[in-house]
Amino acid sequence: MSNFRIAGKGRVNRSRQVRFTFDGVDYTGYEGDTLASALLANGVHLVGRSFKYHRPRGILSAGSEEPNALVGTDRGNGRFEPNTRATVLEVFEGLKTESQNRWPSLTRDIGAVNDALYMLFSAGFYYKTFMWPKSFWDKVYEPVIRNAAGLGKAPTAPDPDVYASRFAHCDVLVVGGGAAGLAAALEAGRSGASVILCDEQSEIGGSLLSEPAAEINGQLAWDWLEDANAALAGMPNVTVLPRTTAIGYYHQNFIGLCQRLTDHLRIVPEGAPRERMWKVRAKQVVLAQGAIEKPLVFAGNDRPGVMLAGAARTYLNRYGVKVGNRVVVVTSHDSAWHAAFDLAKAGVEVAAIVDVRGTVPTQLAAAADALRIRTLIGWTVTGTRGRLRVSSVRVNPVGAGGKVGSAETIACDALLMSGGWTPSIHLFSHTQGSLTWNEDGQMFLPGRGKEDCCLAGAGKGRFGLKAAFEDGAAAGAAAAADAGFGVEPPAYHVEGELSFTGVTGRELPTDRDLGHAKAFVDFQNDVMAKDIRLAVREGFKSIEHIKRYTTTGMATDQGKTSNINGLAVASDALKRPIPAVGLTTFRPPYTPTSFGTFAGYNKGALFEVTRKTPIDGWAEENGAVFEPVSLWRRARYFPQGGEDMHAAVARECKAVRSSLGIFDASTLGKIEIVGPDAAEFMNRMYTNAWTKLAPGRCRYGLLLGEDGFIRDDGVIGRLAHDRFHVTTTTGGAARVLNMMEDYLQTEWPDLKVWLTSTTEQWSVIALNGPNARKLIEPFVEGIDLSDGAFPHMAMATGKICGVPTRLFRVSFTGELGFEINVPARYGRAVWEKLFEAGQRFGITPYGTETMHVLRAEKGYIIVGQDTDGTLTPDDAGLSWAIGKTKPDFVGKRSLSRPDMLAADRKQLVGLLTADPKTVLEEGAQIVLDPNQPVPMEMVGHVTSSYWSAELGRSIALAAIQGGRSLQGRTVHVPMPDKVHSATITGMVFVDPENTRLSA
Amino acid sequence: MLLIRCPYCEAERPEVEFTYAGEAHIARPADPSALSDDEWRDFLFIRTNPRGRHFERWRHMHGCGRFFNAVRDTVTDKFAMTYKAGEPRPSDEEIALAGSATSVGEARP
Repeated sequence: MSNFRIAGKGRVNRSRQVRFTFDGVDYTGYEGDTLASALLANGVHLVGRSFKYHRPRGILSAGSEEPNALVGTDRGNGRFEPNTRATVLEVFEGLKTESQNRWPSLTRDIGAVNDALYMLFSAGFYYKTFMWPKSFWDKVYEPVIRNAAGLGKAPTAPDPDVYASRFAHCDVLVVGGGAAGLAAALEAGRSGASVILCDEQSEIGGSLLSEPAAEINGQLAWDWLEDANAALAGMPNVTVLPRTTAIGYYHQNFIGLCQRLTDHLRIVPEGAPRERMWKVRAKQVVLAQGAIEKPLVFAGNDRPGVMLAGAARTYLNRYGVKVGNRVVVVTSHDSAWHAAFDLAKAGVEVAAIVDVRGTVPTQLAAAADALRIRTLIGWTVTGTRGRLRVSSVRVNPVGAGGKVGSAETIACDALLMSGGWTPSIHLFSHTQGSLTWNEDGQMFLPGRGKEDCCLAGAGKGRFGLKAAFEDGAAAGAAAAADAGFGVEPPAYHVEGELSFTGVTGRELPTDRDLGHAKAFVDFQNDVMAKDIRLAVREGFKSIEHIKRYTTTGMATDQGKTSNINGLAVASDALKRPIPAVGLTTFRPPYTPTSFGTFAGYNKGALFEVTRKTPIDGWAEENGAVFEPVSLWRRARYFPQGGEDMHAAVARECKAVRSSLGIFDASTLGKIEIVGPDAAEFMNRMYTNAWTKLAPGRCRYGLLLGEDGFIRDDGVIGRLAHDRFHVTTTTGGAARVLNMMEDYLQTEWPDLKVWLTSTTEQWSVIALNGPNARKLIEPFVEGIDLSDGAFPHMAMATGKICGVPTRLFRVSFTGELGFEINVPARYGRAVWEKLFEAGQRFGITPYGTETMHVLRAEKGYIIVGQDTDGTLTPDDAGLSWAIGKTKPDFVGKRSLSRPDMLAADRKQLVGLLTADPKTVLEEGAQIVLDPNQPVPMEMVGHVTSSYWSAELGRSIALAAIQGGRSLQGRTVHVPMPDKVHSATITGMVFVDPENTRLSA
Repeated sequence: MLLIRCPYCEAERPEVEFTYAGEAHIARPADPSALSDDEWRDFLFIRTNPRGRHFERWRHMHGCGRFFNAVRDTVTDKFAMTYKAGEPRPSDEEIALAGSATSVGEARP
């Protein structure tokens, strides 16, 4: 195994060797390495295959902007993560990694045939190739293309890790721990302000980590860095968060930080969260995110071994790794020269520096001469060779007038490129801050901000260490001052500055046909310069459309290395200047972020609360099958001895109709309405008349929206002249209370009424069946339960089983029924007492399914099931519930709008199928003529449908146009297997005379 | 996440404590039966939906529970001011005055 580690260079811990695998091969690296630096140290450049063409790809960068080097990482026990960037993945003992998007292997990949067929995959290929024959798309083209294209495979096992989140507040948040960010944090910290400094890397330092030779205020960079870190650590008002990416910048200085806590650890402490989302509200924000180096656009710029010059310099200076033995540098910017110099000084053969500019600063040329490096000024690169690693580069002189001269081939095993630097303005862009185009630097710079933030250093185009330090210090001091803390920023003295001039965004000139050059702009999505030109030729003019058509900048890296190059190519093709073409919008997150981090603690049982009644435990112990009803979990049925739902429900129904059933109705919404104007308030809210309702009596209440449609219903008892006990549907409680509060607070603030949610204060036990009274009579104190004294729709307060109760005589089954409200804490005890005493009546607990059948047999509607927000009281057959003499109530005016009076409105009716055994599907559509051509005219739909054990046949409710006038008419329900026919009937199937209610 | 000042609590609280409640200053007619169908339709359904300054209602749902009014810019999402339910629609001067007192300052370049 070749060793590209250079003695005496870098910050990795040479005393701590770590072993890891890549595609099953064992490698060694050092603590402090990334996977990328460790692989390069082993001479490995080839790490993946590209998205579309399966071209061999290597490591382009040394940071989070990496488009190529994506790997799968396996931490065991289902901890598999695809698309991890090798350039940020820290190696540790035992780390297992693998390459992606290749088969059978990385070096021999069948999918690479796509590269030869590249004409099929040009811009917008999915809109125009593989279109014929049409039938092939679903079965052949799409599956094959999907299989062949793509990145890593998503894991299938549930994520076993835990994720944390926390809120934080600070005076100054500094994003980026390079020279500018450190200087800002130091000043802000010194002022006494509370400061959070975050940086995405494992070490604070940013570019200083790659600049060991620079001197700051007389100290070598790394010594200065150590002191700065120590100073920050010594400030109790400063929190430093390495491995923490600011992923999104939201309104009013609300910033999301993703902190990676355990991915770099060999042994993860039990229960430790993998990542933590910090939700930071900062008074002031300093964005010091630095700049990202741009690739150059030329044929073959994507081969393994072709990488950014700054990255090569980082690998050398920070990790002690040379990226090749014989390198060529191609650049349009000074900074790449320094990479060449550093490599040459470290003993690497620099075969040539190719600079596409006509002239370069004399001190650079002189330095190159001193190191005996060949310089080709005003030359271009027109191609590279090498299947799995670059082996040579083709260079040509560019003469006067741009004429490209004859080519020369230079052998190399690494080609370093630089097209200048792009300020990282992503977070600033999240705030909708405006951007201005800087023509000299070929870069967008921050313009007018919308938040309390400022940028510092290279992130706003101030390149070089001195500029970064001073700009950062000023920003930090200013931010602290704005947050109420004063401090005077110091001056910085820096030796060993790099030179930062020159830049180009253009595709390099070539003597070859541009139409065939595989000159990549977006490496991750495999978009070439010619794809963008094709999009323009095909008529796309907006950069947003060009982006989507070519997919440039749409990969997981959000075009960090490609956007400006793509924009420049588009600008040339459109013959419009770059600012006129415009930049696409950056959106959070800045880098790919795990779903776990967003979910935080909110998963599993904590994803959504489960509300349980006080009687829920009894139901669970007695074998209930549960169903969710809004946030509640409710017993659906109580199977016995291996019964299925059908059998259990039939048995439960029979018990209620013949003797006695007990049902937990505690989830019913309950609102206490109190005050001298309570009746007036009820009159205005509900359709019914309340003034004459005597205390001790109940009434069915119907609530409409102002649009006249049914919103909610429930039985309402009047406890006293000024007090109502309102019940709502289980799911509607919060909505109804909100609506009542809205009217009370904003429309009728003069009414003296108070509203209190009492849903959870009462346990409600519903007893239904002919033996209901017999059961409770011995337990009730203070209420005469005889039919004369306590008739249907009566209510009273008293005691049951020795505890206070509000007792209602109501029925949602058509049988004699009582609803026993007791304080929630007594619910289970009363339930158990009644259940025990009810054994002599064969008392049967029943669930929501049985409740649904029993009420449907009586034609009692369920709001939200039989109504859908478009039914009026008349549509639902509830006109009787409207107080005709009331001048007004919510929704009244809407009931006289012309549409609400139309004869063909859908009305609720009953349905009896021709075949009594057929239980129609709820939601099934209804037609009058089953023989009409498709699409048929649908006149309604089934809203409720059950097997009725009482009747020995199926029953259904349906909403049908003009339904009430179609009594006796046969309608049809077309289903995939057959067309069912049914007869329209009334809605009450059992005991239409209501004799049982008054049993 | 926005910060919203509840005029009853007299405190800025995060948006998660609040729920939106539609356009403000649309009073329910005192006698709906006196309205024509078109007038009633306008009351029910027709809203201004402006680009820019919007008078709207919010409820401090997970706080004091009160409904209140707000002036918010629908482009920037920024609140210019909030005020109690029932108070009149603030004038341009009042909004400008409140905005300069409570909004964030212009960012430095």
